[in-house]
Amino acid sequence: MSSDSVSNLMKGHMESLAAEGKRADGRGINEFREVKIETGMINTAEGSSMVHLGKTKVLCGIKLLIGTPYGDSPGSGTMTTSTELAPLADQSFDPGPPREASIELARVVDRGIRESRMIDFDALCIERGERVWMVYIDLHILDNGGNLFDCCTLAAAAALSNAKIPNVQHGIADEDVDLPVTCWPISCTFGRLGDTVILDPTSDEESVMSARLTVAHDEDGNIRAAQKGMNGAFTDAEVREAVKTARKSDNVLREALKGI
Amino acid sequence: MAGQTDMELIKDGVRLDGRKPDELREVKITAGVLDNADGSCYLEWGNNKIYAGVFGPMECHPRHKQKADRAIVQARYTMAPFSVNDRKRPGLDRRSSEISYIVSQAFEKVVMVEEFPKASIRVDMQVVEAHAGTRCAAMTAASVALADAGIPMRDMIPACASGKVNDVVVLDLNKEEDNYGQADLPLAIIPSTGEVVLLQLDGHLTPEQFEEAMDLATSGCMDLYKIMRDALDKSYGGKK
Repeated sequence: MSSDSVSNLMKGHMESLAAEGKRADGRGINEFREVKIETGMINTAEGSSMVHLGKTKVLCGIKLLIGTPYGDSPGSGTMTTSTELAPLADQSFDPGPPREASIELARVVDRGIRESRMIDFDALCIERGERVWMVYIDLHILDNGGNLFDCCTLAAAAALSNAKIPNVQHGIADEDVDLPVTCWPISCTFGRLGDTVILDPTSDEESVMSARLTVAHDEDGNIRAAQKGMNGAFTDAEVREAVKTARKSDNVLREALKGI
Repeated sequence: MAGQTDMELIKDGVRLDGRKPDELREVKITAGVLDNADGSCYLEWGNNKIYAGVFGPMECHPRHKQKADRAIVQARYTMAPFSVNDRKRPGLDRRSSEISYIVSQAFEKVVMVEEFPKASIRVDMQVVEAHAGTRCAAMTAASVALADAGIPMRDMIPACASGKVNDVVVLDLNKEEDNYGQADLPLAIIPSTGEVVLLQLDGHLTPEQFEEAMDLATSGCMDLYKIMRDALDKSYGGKK
């Protein structure tokens, strides 16, 4: 359902449901939809994953190329995250250069992974100051059923855990080794529906909610990245509560990730 | 087409991947795999993996592309950055633009565009893993997605390539044959009429080889047509 086609009636309905602690799809307000993770389906990628979060489907491919490091970090590999809001995922997705929404999405996912130091960048150095591995995380959204932020972070984490460094192909060493992954950052996204804060909004909920908050934690419960989006606002108490909820709720996603 | 090479791509009538000259790679088609798209399809063709989604008929944007007497088909072919061995830069390049354009035109022949004046039918093809022959695979997937969307069509259009390796005309080139072979001829036909809606060719074929390549690609299309119909039958055929 595109954003302008949701009626005020629907908005009122979802807000009043949320006020009673209910959701249109029968979930509780702090409950994730069903998660399904598959990995290794793309043979041309160094790592890949497909994550289903309810009706949202995201395909992630990891490519590793050799390049020169940045001048200020000659001994570290680099990482680039991009998202493709594939036009087949949603009627409102247009072709052409990435729009702001897509750029925000890619940058939030990027921060969650980068700031948690999920990838050991120092281990990606081949020759200090000369050659390092550049990690490309490409996220393809195939079906937008809402909460792309968490689904994309999860897909990126799963694909990175599944990735191999292509040493043989590039003549660096005799065997391909696993990409060094240190931890799993997981993000939890909340939406403000009327005066209620809900976890893991669907696309219908996204189209009527006023504000969005994404919080990424590492395994030790330390907060690693956060982003508030949309033109509404959260109260100070809501933000603090959401961060606490995220710490509890991300276990569902963590368990799904461990299962791969 | 790199043309003549020393590489032995076919030996005693057996190709590098073990196929006979007139054999298709394995094709698996599933209709209706995406929720948001009005119609969709996932196709595996050898190692090629493609998603196709269809939206419409809907209001045509940009407005200046509207036709007063019919709908237009806006097909778009894109390759994921991780679909090839070297990372492909995301977005439309000249190759993708050309494929999108000729595929749009091919579909305007079979979709009953005259039923929907001023509208647009969007056909999005996402290649997520590419091993030669992706334009044919994408078109085939798009046909099934159009049918899945319930868009009125005269027929579906299967697409399949033939080509030449080591002077032998073969069906459905694989990656090595595409890189080092001598000719590549992607063909799409309307099975019910036998009309050709897409034909490209690069490389070198004698007049006789061209005839043979056309025959082979046509029979490949007909085989594919059956697989496409079976996929739809599986989704919509009901209990047997």
